[in-house]
Amino acid sequence: MNNLGWKEIPIGGVIAEPGTAKKYQTGGWRTYKPEVDFDKCTDCLQCWMFCPDSSIMVKDKKMDGIDYEHCKGCGICAEVCPVNCIEMVKE
Amino acid sequence: MSNIAQKQEKIAVSGDEAAAYAMKVIEPDVVAAYPITPQTEIVMNFSQFVADGEVTTEMIPVESEHSAMSACVGSAASGARTMTATSANGLALMWEVLYIASSTRLPIVMPVVNRALSAPINIHCDHSDSMGARDAGWIQMYCENAQEVYEKLILAIRIGELEDVRLPVMVCQDGFITSHAVEALEPFAKEDVQKFIGSYSVPYSLLDVDNPVTFGPLDLQDYYFEHKRQQSEAMSRAYQQIPEIVKEFKNTFGSEYDFLELYRMEDAETAVIALGSTAGTAKNTIDGLREQGRKVGLVKMNFVRPFPAEELRSALSPLKAVGILDRAESFSNQGGPLFSEIRAAMYSSGQRPPIADYIYGLGGRDMTPGLIEEVFRDLDKVAKTGKVEQSVHYIGVR
Ligand code: SF4
Ligand code: SF4
Repeated sequence: MNNLGWKEIPIGGVIAEPGTAKKYQTGGWRTYKPEVDFDKCTDCLQCWMFCPDSSIMVKDKKMDGIDYEHCKGCGICAEVCPVNCIEMVKE
Repeated sequence: MSNIAQKQEKIAVSGDEAAAYAMKVIEPDVVAAYPITPQTEIVMNFSQFVADGEVTTEMIPVESEHSAMSACVGSAASGARTMTATSANGLALMWEVLYIASSTRLPIVMPVVNRALSAPINIHCDHSDSMGARDAGWIQMYCENAQEVYEKLILAIRIGELEDVRLPVMVCQDGFITSHAVEALEPFAKEDVQKFIGSYSVPYSLLDVDNPVTFGPLDLQDYYFEHKRQQSEAMSRAYQQIPEIVKEFKNTFGSEYDFLELYRMEDAETAVIALGSTAGTAKNTIDGLREQGRKVGLVKMNFVRPFPAEELRSALSPLKAVGILDRAESFSNQGGPLFSEIRAAMYSSGQRPPIADYIYGLGGRDMTPGLIEEVFRDLDKVAKTGKVEQSVHYIGVR
């Protein structure tokens, strides 16, 4: 990331733009990566409900993979998946 | 000068009441406060103005000073002109949030009625409370009497809210000595004050739902240092811009509050430096000594933050001996806080007079003209030999 100097940023630590957390890519923190077996997945979306980092992608109400730019590899999705179709694989 | 605003009819008030009257003409949008002696009368009187509908300020009584300053932070961040008041242990309880207010760059203005910190419990004046907070990033002004309390609060609003500054301001007065003694006050007309302070505006507002922003985010190795650098710059801009505002204040209201007030310093050979009400006692003492032909003077500091190092160097360099009157102990074994800072400022002067510290008045112990004369006697000795035999003295202690 190309960080700005003290003359270029808003004063007082204010972040003047909403929704910037999305730009902060936290995927690099991960040591284990969740991998989904889509053949077994039932699209129950339990993983989507539990993921603390909003990293389960959903399209047309169906599980659509994992946002690896933000997933921190906590393993909660693998833990809650009722059909055990998420496996945590060492990065 | 004919364009100086007309003062209103004189009234008899205490220093605390003077602060409340200043708040009345400032009419902040929000006051959040918790009572503590000897500050209580400020907020007590002000809440009466609120209850009587004399001001439209929203008054938030909270359960502690920590909450008072926290409420002020939220209020100022939302775009409301915000004030509170405190003393001693109340200021100590605000500690964490003092830093948050200055770092978030919120120009909250707070009368501080100086009182000794516990223990043992003491409700009387010394400067241990605000001196401890001198590195919290706030501008600090000190007042000699009730009139100064009133005027400096109005000045503080302008200075703190300067676009390039945006820092909170403490306006300090001596507990009981100033806060509870009744003096004549010449108040100003509200419209003149309102014209001088203008309206409060913020670059970002917490309540602007169309342009949402984040206040107080996590700021780690990547940006925290940059924000601190901005704060140093803000204090240095305050130092650069205060003279201009002080001049405008003088042209509007007549009184002059430069960084330093120099009293009978023209040909002085020895001088004391004092804050607050002691400056008044020193002036009186100096007048008496001058009648005896002694070349003595006073440097009164109106501002401690930003620290007027340059002004002090030019005022003190020509002297033969300087005595610092410190109403606080720093327990550094190197004298009180004012002494440490002034002596450090003099280090870069080509001409360095000998300087000694006189710690006095802790817990409200009286500072009498006799004690100030004693200081000048000691300074005469220092001036004669050019040497400081003892750099830290405790005067008026048994
Ligand atoms: S591993 Fe954790 S962060 Fe990543 S998708 Fe699963 S629940 Fe979300
Ligand atoms: S919890 Fe398992 S089954 Fe349900 S949507 Fe997620 S991956 Fe598919």
